[in-house]
Amino acid sequence: MKTTTAAHAEPEAEKKFNLGKFALHHVADSHSWHVFGDYTIGLPVILSTPTGLATFNASDFHGDDEGKVVVERAGQRFVSVHDKIYYASEGANEHGAYAEHDAAGKVKNARPLDFSITKNVCTLLLSVVLLLAVFLKVANGYKVRSGKSPKGLQSWFEPIIMFVRDDIAKPNLGHKYERFMPYLLTVFFFIWFNNMLGLIPFLPGGANLTGNISITVVLATITFLLVNFNGNKYYWKHIFTPDVPWWLYIVLVPVEIIGIFTKPIALAIRLFANITAGHILVLALIGLIFVFNSVFVSFVSVPFALFIYGIELLVAFIQAFIFTILSALFIGMAIEEHH
Amino acid sequence: MITGSIAAIGAGLAAIGAGMGIGKIGSSAMEGIARQPEAASKIQTAMLIAAAFVEAVALFAVVVALV
Repeated sequence: MKTTTAAHAEPEAEKKFNLGKFALHHVADSHSWHVFGDYTIGLPVILSTPTGLATFNASDFHGDDEGKVVVERAGQRFVSVHDKIYYASEGANEHGAYAEHDAAGKVKNARPLDFSITKNVCTLLLSVVLLLAVFLKVANGYKVRSGKSPKGLQSWFEPIIMFVRDDIAKPNLGHKYERFMPYLLTVFFFIWFNNMLGLIPFLPGGANLTGNISITVVLATITFLLVNFNGNKYYWKHIFTPDVPWWLYIVLVPVEIIGIFTKPIALAIRLFANITAGHILVLALIGLIFVFNSVFVSFVSVPFALFIYGIELLVAFIQAFIFTILSALFIGMAIEEHH
Repeated sequence: MITGSIAAIGAGLAAIGAGMGIGKIGSSAMEGIARQPEAASKIQTAMLIAAAFVEAVALFAVVVALV
């Protein structure tokens, strides 16, 4: 604990540990990657401004997160407030910050278009490299040892690939399952690997990629496009002219059209909310130690957090499974032939 | 302060609903497996999907409460 002398006494409100802020800060995306203690790796910041592209390292802010350090690039001045980058104000306010807040505590300054390589983008690239390395090796194993029993990494992943094929694709897609296997396998392993990377608390992991709404929305959009571009005439007939009395169309057709969109939205929010909720739960349990400011709380909260962590390992797999099986289910419903 | 408390009550109510739902799904699945142990794997798959739907509703509520 920090001892404060009278000269350096901070206001009481600032010292108080805010559990909600702490948890939300840790599940959010960031411009820097925390290693340990006070060490963080600054990640590249790429901003599109009216006067051109501004690029610099996030460590140029020197860890400032309250808009006190101004970085000048491409004729523009930038500040960082709560891991978001804003245009700096003309002069500093009474707290020494170059950012104005409104009554609700939101920053009023304008924001440049942010194309930075953030923590989540780094993890995305890392997971791509990891997936390629693992599956090119596995695929190569089948070429080298065709007709023979699998070996090494190949025998690790063969049961899981078989699981996706036999328990997810075949029951839902019928005899046309082979066309969709590449997508289902990709989405399953992408989500699973990233869920697991998110559970590693230190450097190669630590980002909350599948708990980021943008990532899950993109994944759900791909499923949405696959479903609707592969939908046959029975699928569209079911939506626009179902087998009901004509006056029911007024109710049923809008409901069916909304249904097209709610399915992928639910997919995206389910994955995002499950992973984020898991991370917040672990952070909240660890945060209890600092809320009560006592080391004895850790005897309760650390084993409990460990227990939640164990469940999270299971959830990481189940959510990848659920996303893949629901994608297969929706595609299967769209390509089903009528008997 | 007040809004925070009301959101927490909402999230709590959603958790109660989802708890009852998942409890019902789990108990029915167990009964089903006890009657037909050979169908256990199929029942488990169906159970997980149903549980995911119920859980999603609770998580929607948590997200709404957080926002």
